[in-house]
Amino acid sequence: MAAGLPTEGTNATRPRAGTVARTDVPVCALSDRVGDVRRRAQGAGWDAAVVVDDQRVVLGLLRSAELGKEPELLIEQAMRPGPSTYRPYVPIKEVADAMVKRNLESAPVTTSDGKLVGLLLRVDAVAQAEGCPECARKFI
Amino acid sequence: MAQVIDRWRLQGMLEHGAQLVEVLPAREYDEDHIPGAISIPLSKIDRESLEALDPERPVIVYCWDTA
Repeated sequence: MAAGLPTEGTNATRPRAGTVARTDVPVCALSDRVGDVRRRAQGAGWDAAVVVDDQRVVLGLLRSAELGKEPELLIEQAMRPGPSTYRPYVPIKEVADAMVKRNLESAPVTTSDGKLVGLLLRVDAVAQAEGCPECARKFI
Repeated sequence: MAQVIDRWRLQGMLEHGAQLVEVLPAREYDEDHIPGAISIPLSKIDRESLEALDPERPVIVYCWDTA
């Protein structure tokens, strides 16, 4: 479940972090330059990018503020390291509430071994949660 | 002898006939479970419930992963 693989059951088809996250988010490496990543991200219609290693393990996040830094700056120096992440199976209502409470505009969704699934935007999470009020997980 | 395994080994073992058991309460199982798993809630594990398992094949048990 932590890997975002399919499940069975009454909750299996309800939206979760992994199904709402946008998987086409641009990615970049620590050694890239801010200006190059900004051009690539904006060209794809994004104002964010996720920093990953060669195994797609998330290292950091670039939101609009970081992408607006000096073009020659290395991503390693510009990124927000160790961003808050969510697991793919977490019900979208739970994630949406947390993102609103913590004022997160976006957050990477990762597997339990840290690999990127996609970037979850708060606007998407809230919209999905409003359409699915029963989506909060029931803890035992 | 119990062992901890990762999901790749889990998938391989299932392909070779291992049995997968979710030990969360039945309500949790009804809501969400790994495809192919059967439900034997921890509180109900006894000799009778274990009769649902084939003693000749490996048994993999899991509960909720909050990692």
